[in-house]
Amino acid sequence: MTVIPMSHGLILGGVLFALGLAGLLMRRNLLFILISLEIMLNGAGVAFVAAGSRWGQPDGQIMFLFILAAAAAEVSVGLALLLRFFRLHNTLDADSTSEMRG
Amino acid sequence: MTTFMGFAFYIAAAVAVISTIMAITRLVAVHALLYMIVSLLAVAVVFYTMGAPLVAALEVIIYAGAIVVLFVFVVMMLNLGTKAREEERQWLAGGAWIGPVVLSALLLLEVIYLIARVGTYSNMSGVADPKQIGIALYGPYLVGVELSSMLLLGALVGACHLGRPAPTRKEVRE
Repeated sequence: MTVIPMSHGLILGGVLFALGLAGLLMRRNLLFILISLEIMLNGAGVAFVAAGSRWGQPDGQIMFLFILAAAAAEVSVGLALLLRFFRLHNTLDADSTSEMRG
Repeated sequence: MTTFMGFAFYIAAAVAVISTIMAITRLVAVHALLYMIVSLLAVAVVFYTMGAPLVAALEVIIYAGAIVVLFVFVVMMLNLGTKAREEERQWLAGGAWIGPVVLSALLLLEVIYLIARVGTYSNMSGVADPKQIGIALYGPYLVGVELSSMLLLGALVGACHLGRPAPTRKEVRE
């Protein structure tokens, strides 16, 4: 079952990761930053599954399951923080926390 | 048939990249979420063509089903207000749903064709089937499973803690 070259799967994963990174850097809205993070994690998962299916081993898919668990944990805490941020600042602009001084 | 599997991979990959580009450039959060759902579904089709049907199902169930629903709930909570109804009407009339509908219809046609022509994975060789994944998950990767369960518990406690009624800005300043 190697009709798809592994390099093409890795390229797709890399492109998705780069798009997520670009979104992360471009957007200043916290909700879009979280969406971009999800896209980046998804791109990493595509790379894992592509590499795992190249050898016909389950390890790549298991790594994807761990990425899935990490993404679920990250998004639940991130969205709770986002709601907290919105109640506090009444905006989702990430730059509005520039008043924070250590 | 295997050539069509390769062809399906490239269609789904193109749909994934296009919808991801659309998702990170939308201005309205709900439109971005729509495109993100299409992107996740396209990646699920990519997994299916790469010989990972279990992961494809989990992608749809957990990513597109649970994580995006969390996002949608948060967008709904942020949008509480009198102008919400006007915005809703405007979004429904705006035709913003045409792009995601076209892209996901393409994916649906592709999946139907794949299932009809190629059949299930049981007659394919060299694919890591769900049984193998389960055996490996509770064998050499048992520590990872335990760690991710602790991670999820920590996330649960953290989300509960952060989701309490927040102090107002004035209380924070004091």
